[in-house]
Order: sequence, then structure tokens, then C-alpha cells
Amino acid sequence: MELVLFAITALVAIVGAVAMLLSSNAIHSALFLLLNFCAIAVLYLLLNAPFLFAIQLIIYAGAIIVLFLFAVMLLGAERAEDERDTIAWQRPVALVMGLILAAQVAYVVLTGTPAPAGGQDAAFGAPERIARELFTTYLLPFEVTAMLILAALVGVVVLHIREKRQVS
Amino acid sequence: MIPTGYYVALAGVLFALGVIGVLTRRNALVVFMSVELMLNSANLAIVAFANARQDTAGQILVFFTIVVAAAEVAVGLALLVQIFRTKRTTDVDEINLLKG
Repeated sequence: MELVLFAITALVAIVGAVAMLLSSNAIHSALFLLLNFCAIAVLYLLLNAPFLFAIQLIIYAGAIIVLFLFAVMLLGAERAEDERDTIAWQRPVALVMGLILAAQVAYVVLTGTPAPAGGQDAAFGAPERIARELFTTYLLPFEVTAMLILAALVGVVVLHIREKRQVS
Repeated sequence: MIPTGYYVALAGVLFALGVIGVLTRRNALVVFMSVELMLNSANLAIVAFANARQDTAGQILVFFTIVVAAAEVAVGLALLVQIFRTKRTTDVDEINLLKG
């Protein structure tokens, strides 16, 4: 049963990723990426990570995709690519290199030491336990994260300030 | 139970797809989306290993990764908007001001 669920979700994730790469409209790409993120969220549930399932849906599927859609629509960059290539051999070489990478991963997965399947104790990923770890062992990184987000916020605002000195 | 190797294989496939996207697409926004795809596949692998080891620390690591990714997307898209304002394009081949 779980294996069937995994197979369907993995298929949806891969189809979403491939469709994102192939669609020429950037808005469609963003929506296919949303499909991929949702499939990965379901996989998090299968992996006993309900907290990350919620985080994935809220931050990735919610905030980040909306930000992408805003940027695409704001810039009107749906079809920024035309078909001419400045470097003719770029695409085939990129495809070959991507396939080599996939083959390497497949080799490592197939021949490496198999990791234990796990999942005997589903409570290890409970939100309560994550919260306790986060606010005791990982309190400093947690606070540093707050500084990071503040820095990103200030950076974005600074980037969007228009130069008004030339006008006056 | 599903073997951890299946998850790692899926993460590898998604990562390879992201690499192909970064290398072949020329719309900067789609390149950026491919980077997000790679981040997600890495997260998936980490969560799979966390489940295999029954360790909460892996999930906390992924939580921090997601937070950093969110900050990165905000700054990156702001940069793209600025580039679009000056160059009127999001084609990565056209953005060559630093070319020697």
C-alpha cells in the first residue's frame, strides 16, 4: 500500500519536474513546480515528517511559488526565450552531462551500502520533539536564522529603492 | 516499509533534472526554479536519511534549509527585477555586463 502511494507520488514529482523544464511559458513552469513541491510534501508525510509537510506547503507551495508568479507576471517574462542558441552545442552537452549525473547517482544507489529502511518509531518526527530540539539544542542557529531573514528583508527593500538623486 | 534507496534514487533523478534545467533553459526565472528543484531534492534525501536513522536532527536541518531557501528566493527575485529594469530582459545570455 505504502509502496503504491510512493510510486504514484514519485511519478507525479518527476512528471512535474520534467513538465517544468519543457514548458516554454514561465507561468506554466511555476505551476508545474508547485505540483512537484506538493508531491514532495506528500513524500515527507510518508517519511514520518508531518512538521516538514506543513512547512513545505506553507513556505514552498505557498510563499515561494506566489513570489515566483508575482515576479513572472510583473516582468512579463513568460516567453523570454527565443529558439536561437548563442552556443549551439550547449543543449546536447547539458543533456549528456545531466544523464551522466543521473547514471552516477543510480550507480551509487544500486551498488552502495543500502541504508536501513527505518520507520519503526513514527514519533521521532513529531512536531513536539522537533520544537523541543529547536528551542534547546538548536536555539542559537534558530536565532541566527531570524537575523538572516531580517538581513534578507532589508536587502530586498534596499534593492527595490529607486535612485531619485538623478531626478532632483 | 519503503527502502531508503528508493527515496535517494528519486532525489537523484530530481537533482539531475534540476541540473539539466539550469544548463539548458535561458529564462533566468526558470533557471531559478530549477535551483529550487535541486534544493528540494536534497531536502528529500536528508529527510529520507533522517527517517532511516530515526533522528530528529535531520528534519531540523531541512527546516533550516527551507528557511535559507526562502530568504534566497526573496533576494534572488529582487535581483532579477533589478536586472530586468536595467536590461529589459530575463534571458541569461543577454546578461553579460561582466563579460571581459
